[in-house]
Amino acid sequence: MSRTLYDLIGLAAGVAFILALKGLSHPKTARRGNLIGAFGATLATLVVFFYANPGSSLPLNNLGWILGAMLVGLAVGVPAARKVQMTQMPQLVALFNGVGGGAAALVAIVEYLHLGAGATTAEVVFTVFTVIVGCVSFSGSIITFLKLQELMTTRPVIFPAGRFIIAATLASVIGVGGWVVTALGTTPLLVLAALSLLFGVLFVLPVGGADVPIVISLLNAFTGLTVAASGYVLDSVLLIIAGTLVGASGTILTRLMAEAMGRSLFGTLFGAFTAKPQEATGLGEDRPVRSGSPDDVAILLNYARRVVIVPGFGLAVAQAQHTVRELADMMIAKGIDVAYGIHPVAGRMPGHMNVLLAEANVPYEQLAEMDEVNPTFGQTDVAIVIGANDVVNPAAQTSPGCPIYGMPILEVNNAANIIFLKRSMRPGFAGIENELLYDPKTMLLFGDAKASLTKVVSALKAL
Amino acid sequence: MEPMAIVSIFVLAVFVGFEVVSKVSSTLHTPLMSGANAIHGVILVGAIIVADHSSTNLELGLSVAAIILATINMVGGFVVTDRMLEMFKGNKK
Repeated sequence: MSRTLYDLIGLAAGVAFILALKGLSHPKTARRGNLIGAFGATLATLVVFFYANPGSSLPLNNLGWILGAMLVGLAVGVPAARKVQMTQMPQLVALFNGVGGGAAALVAIVEYLHLGAGATTAEVVFTVFTVIVGCVSFSGSIITFLKLQELMTTRPVIFPAGRFIIAATLASVIGVGGWVVTALGTTPLLVLAALSLLFGVLFVLPVGGADVPIVISLLNAFTGLTVAASGYVLDSVLLIIAGTLVGASGTILTRLMAEAMGRSLFGTLFGAFTAKPQEATGLGEDRPVRSGSPDDVAILLNYARRVVIVPGFGLAVAQAQHTVRELADMMIAKGIDVAYGIHPVAGRMPGHMNVLLAEANVPYEQLAEMDEVNPTFGQTDVAIVIGANDVVNPAAQTSPGCPIYGMPILEVNNAANIIFLKRSMRPGFAGIENELLYDPKTMLLFGDAKASLTKVVSALKAL
Repeated sequence: MEPMAIVSIFVLAVFVGFEVVSKVSSTLHTPLMSGANAIHGVILVGAIIVADHSSTNLELGLSVAAIILATINMVGGFVVTDRMLEMFKGNKK
């Protein structure tokens, strides 16, 4: 295959990626967009096998190894993506992003070893960039995975003099990067990789649970940029286009997400440098709460005119989306005005609830976004909060010291009655106490969301 | 390639990237992130290129690891995005 044809096909794949991102931005074309992206990626991968690089010949060297490795990747990636629970998708995306960053760093290291002393300064600079950012993306994503999987604490991890340690690590990463560019050699590059991995860990540790999705999006954009830099070193226009597209769109997406959560992007990113140890909030307090039975809840619902359902992560964990729909349908049949109040970041990722409720075929018109539903809470008789906590916590509006301060919330506190379906009194993902639980107009129904909802449904039927 | 050509491609791609996602609703943030995540899996192409010209066992070993990771990123990414979007489809009924 001639270089021109090879480049043209690469360009076609690049166009496919642009169309993919464009398609993914609209609900109607999203799925097609993703398929176009997959088509572009497949095309780009196939064509490599038919083009001999200068100084090389077809078939590719190490072809057996290449195909074998791809099979291993397929055997791991496909079942993981197929079998993952809805609730665990966010951490899987984080993990996929991390391995992508790791792959980019490895590619840069191999190319560096291969070029040896023949590398130009520009090539070395791009290699250093790829190794640093790829390693940060890799180790950072692993930490976000551990946080989302709750294998480690979801609270910000802040240690004494943390910001100085982080700043010192960053300074040494840059210093060693400079060392690689001037001195060359394998050892400095490996030291650089190790330091960058460490920096990735330190960078993500101080991020609180609620900000994790923003960080995943940012690391995703980072990985995109490393792919673009590899494209320069490997002389591949396709990699430059694809990587830059992901880097740019990922940056915008990160900003949009931060806006949706009312977070300053700067504050989230540089939280590592500015974070101070937080005062312990009033956890473990023993205060009276009003807990009710499924029958109490059913009676309250039966005489309501307007009910807003606020789903959260607990709904996803309990897989209660079908049950909640059953309850909503019953209330609608009784002439009650029902809406779902969807917080953009309820669950573990933006849009998590929309995906979950769509799975249960909840009509799109019943899903109300935050700005739409907030002004209606004043006329709402009952707000049912199902496994959500931080997204309805008034502390975000009232206590400037708390980690979620400034995040827009669903103002369920304005409803006449509030019902919380909760597993326990344990605070939400951000680890902050919710004053609303102690409010006199709040009723708590403890237990697994699905079990509780099923009981409420049968109680409501009996009325 | 000419440095100026590369800079031009880079700058134009940045603007295209900004433009295509500038008006996305928060509902689609997660699938879009996941789709973009899958796209950077094309680093697989780079991993195959370096595996082709690996001359030592170290280089080959690292390239094989890169191919495995990149394949997981690319294929897993597209499959998981499709699964997320499949659930949106139910709305149209």
